[in-house]
Amino acid sequence: SSWWSHVEMGPPDPILGVTEAFKRDTNSKKMNLGVGAYRDDNGKPYVLNCVRKAEATIASKKMDKEYLPIGGLADFTRASAELALGENSEAFKSGRYVTVQGISGTGSLRIGANFLQRFFKASRDVYLPKPTWGNHTPIFRDAGLQLQAYRYYDPKTCSLDFSGAMDDISKIPEKSIILLHACAHNPTGVDPRQEQWKELAAIVKKRNLLVYFDMAYQGFASGDINRDAWAVRHFIEQGINIVLAQSYAKNMGLYGERAGAFTVICSDVEEAKRVESQLKILIRPMYSNPPLNGARIASIILNTPDLRKEWLVEVKGMADRIISMRTQLVSNLKKEGSSHNWQHITDQIGMFCFTGLKPDQVERLIKEFSIYMTKDGRISVAGVTSGNVAYLAHAIHQVTK
Amino acid sequence: MAASIFAAVPRAPPVAVFKLTADFREDGDARKVNLGVGAYRTDEGQPWVLPVVKKVEQMIASDNSLNHEYLPILGLPEFRANASRIALGDDSPAIKENRIGSVQCLGGTGALRIGAEFLRRWYNGNNNTATPVYVSAPSWENHNSVFLDAGFKDIRTYHYWDAAKRGLDLKGLLDDMEKAPEFSIFILHACAHNPTGTDPTPDQWKQIAAVMKRRFLFPFFDSAYQGFASGSLDKDAWAVRYFVSEGFELFCAQSFSKNFGLYNERVGNLTVVGKDTDNVQRVLSQMEKIVRTTWSNPPSQGARIVATTLASPQLFAEWYDNVKTMADRVLLMRSELRSRLESLGTPGTWNHITDQIGMFSFTGLNPKQVEYMIKEKHIYLMASGRINMCGLTTKNLDYVAKSIHEAVTKIQ
Repeated sequence: SSWWSHVEMGPPDPILGVTEAFKRDTNSKKMNLGVGAYRDDNGKPYVLNCVRKAEATIASKKMDKEYLPIGGLADFTRASAELALGENSEAFKSGRYVTVQGISGTGSLRIGANFLQRFFKASRDVYLPKPTWGNHTPIFRDAGLQLQAYRYYDPKTCSLDFSGAMDDISKIPEKSIILLHACAHNPTGVDPRQEQWKELAAIVKKRNLLVYFDMAYQGFASGDINRDAWAVRHFIEQGINIVLAQSYAKNMGLYGERAGAFTVICSDVEEAKRVESQLKILIRPMYSNPPLNGARIASIILNTPDLRKEWLVEVKGMADRIISMRTQLVSNLKKEGSSHNWQHITDQIGMFCFTGLKPDQVERLIKEFSIYMTKDGRISVAGVTSGNVAYLAHAIHQVTK
Repeated sequence: MAASIFAAVPRAPPVAVFKLTADFREDGDARKVNLGVGAYRTDEGQPWVLPVVKKVEQMIASDNSLNHEYLPILGLPEFRANASRIALGDDSPAIKENRIGSVQCLGGTGALRIGAEFLRRWYNGNNNTATPVYVSAPSWENHNSVFLDAGFKDIRTYHYWDAAKRGLDLKGLLDDMEKAPEFSIFILHACAHNPTGTDPTPDQWKQIAAVMKRRFLFPFFDSAYQGFASGSLDKDAWAVRYFVSEGFELFCAQSFSKNFGLYNERVGNLTVVGKDTDNVQRVLSQMEKIVRTTWSNPPSQGARIVATTLASPQLFAEWYDNVKTMADRVLLMRSELRSRLESLGTPGTWNHITDQIGMFSFTGLNPKQVEYMIKEKHIYLMASGRINMCGLTTKNLDYVAKSIHEAVTKIQ
């Protein structure tokens, strides 16, 4: 008999399952709105020009393949910190931070979670917004932490339940960990306004909470990297020493290259050194040292003025296309004669949109129209094109009228 | 401002092998030699990007149909299948019977960690952190950390290196296996044992397998040097394949860092051999969940290079040739170092230098002698006396041999 007789079959990943079903569908009008990856207006993956240029530079330099340090490529981690914090940030200039290269957003979140489990003895509780990215819960759980929630999304208005959030957060036990999405909240697309961020910063400071920012869409949300990092920078300016996970999967289209970073804002340089040494101790038994390719591409882009400028234009281009698809979807729904209020589609920001569709309506969209999305009514606006937005509006109207 | 939550975080000691390289870099002495970290070097003391890798990278770079999209959670399918095929052999009964699984991981370390996380959750009960894990004495120092961080509470050593006779302590090893609690996990080095360079012979492997079968011990192979050790992929995989033929269910963590020279691309594979397809499928589904919370999906660049190479008969042949080039240079350095020490009349016996295999050699130098080598001769090696043969070149052989001679004769 086998050692593994008692091993249960793991449930299929809810998001991958959507893509599997999409692939099997033979309807020529089919749409995949599950995928969390950018598509151009032809529905194709988009390799950024600045990425191709960086790759050409790399190819011409004929570099070796020696192991990176455990903490990753120094030029990359420094540029990553500067991108998030801003070049004028006191925390950045003083050097009172440590940034290590992580395996895109997931790997960076996990390193941080493991670090907090080992060294943040004040609490085992991580407070997540309701709802949040599906992988947050298992990441923190596997790291050995416990999950709690605070109100965030109001399904009645398809927008932020700000009073509910403030109410819940004001009751979180001191020194707990709270996770915030820096911009382009996944899955709802609902972000606080700057005035609301100010109040959130004040309340978490009052409650003495450890703030963990997840920033997977800097630049990709509004098209402006500084605007998208505003909350992160404001919290730090208010004296809140945050921890931060960054991803370059979406904003540089480096998905499969796994480029990301984890940052701890510290009291001073000496503390940053101690924290860094412990992060390395966590990373070494996980995968020894990180993969170079994606980090090197990102580093060349961030550190080469011309390429950086080009990148900013391209990431704005992606954000603008998303915003334009939101606008077109709403206007097409109006054209279809829908009497519902679809304003949340254009109010929300980033790759995803919480349409407000119910599971049975989603089921109909899948079965009758071959439009694939997750059961919670979340669509990836990146999967919408000028060629299929009318069809999408038509289908949504059919299932909601 | 309130005291920092991290005020109490202690400064961790640096990882020894990287500290060694850091010290080497800072050393201004012209005679300095780095015999520390395990990476291949040419006779000019330079890193070597394999010619076949350069070729395949250019193919990839000029292929406009390729993009940077996410790989599946378990990795690039062509990589996984080919990587496991390399370990198990083209005619593996396990492959024919469709009872193998593969998980692309970040290097050999990543493969060990995913395997360890799975075992902690699903092996010998559910979440049984008390299952003993046996690591050879000595072993790669990260083995302990991998299994500890995966949640295992009881990490033990099994006898392996006999310092007196400078060889394998087979009796001690078999004795430990007889006494180990049933279902214990044993980490076995598939070939080119790190750090001793001392491998069991086929006959000794047979004895090991017999005890492990009788005592229901779980074999977790660490295969970081396939091809690199002897120059032959089949020879270096003999032990793993023998265990498979004996009907074991096992894990094999593979690294392509050394044999493909792809160190910083983090290319590894966890091969799972089970009793049947159904068991393997369920195991893989659970490994997916573990991968998803660790790194979501693996990096694509290195896997593409390996998959492209292994899938093409011509590129495969070129790769095999490149691997042999590395293995042969190491063998040459071994014989050259040994002959110099014997010519110098350095006290002791030195046949272990050529008896041992792979990148590393356990010289037998004690910590004081090692300190002398570093401080006085600017030759950097691990406190255990482990040297990386790849750090030797025709230019520095004489200096290293003389220095070892001095260390052995001056320091006791």
